[in-house]
Amino acid sequence: MAGAWANQIIQGILLGGLYAMFAIGLSLSVGIMRFVNIAHGDLIVLVSFLLLTLTTRLGVPLLVATAIVVPVAFVGGYLLQRLLLQRVLGQGVLSIVLVTFGLSVIIQNALQGIYGADTRLIQGGGIETETIQLAGGINIGMLPLAIFVFAVALVFALDLLLYRTRLGARIRAVSDDVASANLVGLRSAHIYAVAMGIVGVTVALSAGFMSVWTNFDPTSGPSRLLVAFEAVVLGGLGSLWGTLAGGIIVGIAQSLGAQVDAGWQLLAGHLVFLAVFLIRPQGLFPK
Amino acid sequence: MTGVRNVTFQFDKRLLVLIGRGVLVLLAAMLVAAPWIFDLADLQVITELLCLLVLAVMWNLLAGYADIVTIGQHGFVGIGCYAFYAFAVFTDVGPYAAILLAGLTTLVFALPAMIVVFRLRAAYLAVGTWVLAEVMMLGAGKIDAFGAGLGISLPVSVVREFGGNIAERFTTIYWMALILAVTAMAATYFLMRSATGIGLTAMRDNEEAAGAVGVNLFRARVICFLWAAPFLGLAGALITLQKLRIAPAASFSIIDWTVYIIFIVVIGGVGSFEGPVIGTFVFFLIREYLQSWGVWHFIVLGGVSIAMVLIEPRGIWGLLRRVVPGDLIPVSHRPPRGS
Repeated sequence: MAGAWANQIIQGILLGGLYAMFAIGLSLSVGIMRFVNIAHGDLIVLVSFLLLTLTTRLGVPLLVATAIVVPVAFVGGYLLQRLLLQRVLGQGVLSIVLVTFGLSVIIQNALQGIYGADTRLIQGGGIETETIQLAGGINIGMLPLAIFVFAVALVFALDLLLYRTRLGARIRAVSDDVASANLVGLRSAHIYAVAMGIVGVTVALSAGFMSVWTNFDPTSGPSRLLVAFEAVVLGGLGSLWGTLAGGIIVGIAQSLGAQVDAGWQLLAGHLVFLAVFLIRPQGLFPK
Repeated sequence: MTGVRNVTFQFDKRLLVLIGRGVLVLLAAMLVAAPWIFDLADLQVITELLCLLVLAVMWNLLAGYADIVTIGQHGFVGIGCYAFYAFAVFTDVGPYAAILLAGLTTLVFALPAMIVVFRLRAAYLAVGTWVLAEVMMLGAGKIDAFGAGLGISLPVSVVREFGGNIAERFTTIYWMALILAVTAMAATYFLMRSATGIGLTAMRDNEEAAGAVGVNLFRARVICFLWAAPFLGLAGALITLQKLRIAPAASFSIIDWTVYIIFIVVIGGVGSFEGPVIGTFVFFLIREYLQSWGVWHFIVLGGVSIAMVLIEPRGIWGLLRRVVPGDLIPVSHRPPRGS
């Protein structure tokens, strides 16, 4: 029995890696631009459908397809910020919520109009069935393990980017004080847009992972947004390592909930989020 | 063309306010006479619209004035649906008392919800309320007495209490919906005219200045949140009476009770009293004529509301207000003459 629980905790940690992937982009936009993009989950699903078209219609292998989509997502994120979000950034929370909310509804319904409401999964070419056997009957899937390692590496890389490079210093300067940053000659609109382009890259990468691991359909976006949101809030504003920890907490909670009863997976994740939030509203690792 | 003199047409713009008010009065008169002038199908549509209007007025109160931008309104509507079912079926308080108790139950649920909502930073609040609504929906789906995930129909005996035949029943429900809508608007009107409302309007216009002259922001926001909750629950009870069943997905429908409502208020005009009324009417037209487009009518609604935020954040009423010199429903106090 203890083995089953230990197994669920390990599976939960690995699931947390995927959730951290969803959340890293959201964490960046919250930390840098100070807004929550309601369409974040829908953008992940949108890219997943792009990958679906590339892999099934055009027969491109998933890795190549992801490599094609990543630069497209950077440009997409850049343009989204520059042409749409930047216009309402100064207008307060209501405007940005409404615009990204409208975008979310548009993406969901456009995908439904184009692809239909069917549930999809992309074939990963065998990696999704490979497992490593550990002592005590615990099996670790190669794919979840690879995603987890990638998520940790991505957090590490983005942390370096933000705190060790010129671009990172510019982004942080604009984020801390737009007016002063403009005064010293930084082009804040361009820098915000670059940041959103980086968010787009994380969206594309997490879409690549999600589309082989979990089923998705045009209305899957909101559930991804909620998980990402919970990871970001649990981790604390602006902390990427915190976001990773938050994703793992939600992953473990869901995994243990599912062990009690399959129907309790989602509810357990939300309830643990609320409980931890009430104890530490500022998050685990606030900056 | 030299003979053309500049004829100044003396059109008093204040006339527009009178015309606008005339339209509102006409609309109100039509609603009072509706059971006699409309057939059953139309009456059902109007009942539904009145419930949507109540939800829109409340979302507007929170998002437009109290700075509580929620995406979780469907949570409280669903609580109202389930509470109504519980009181109507499991107790013998009677069906009408069950409706009122549904409103009260929603208020009771709003109290612990506040602990979460008012601790969230502004940017987080919208999604935070969504998580709460999701918890309420998933929780409701775990209770076997309510048919768990599938939901359950209202017993015929309860339905009969509102009228022996369909026509009688729908007329009863219609009157209740009209009373609810009038009460919701009147109550919110008085709230906005009270000291709390004046403070909120001041805050809407300039938060720092309002704080500087001593507006207690936190208290005003709490009052608004608790104000909206019972109305959402009451609307939920009436919605259940029309659908004759409760189910997690339908009673806690984010599309019906939150997505549509946000579009209604944004298109009509956030932060104005006229906005939700105009928005409900426009939404009705869009739904009547574009629903056959399926998913594309959502795309139109989403596109129009994004365009609205970019062009005129105060919606259609904001556009009209550029021409019309005053509010149709004067929420703000007039400054004393000569000052």
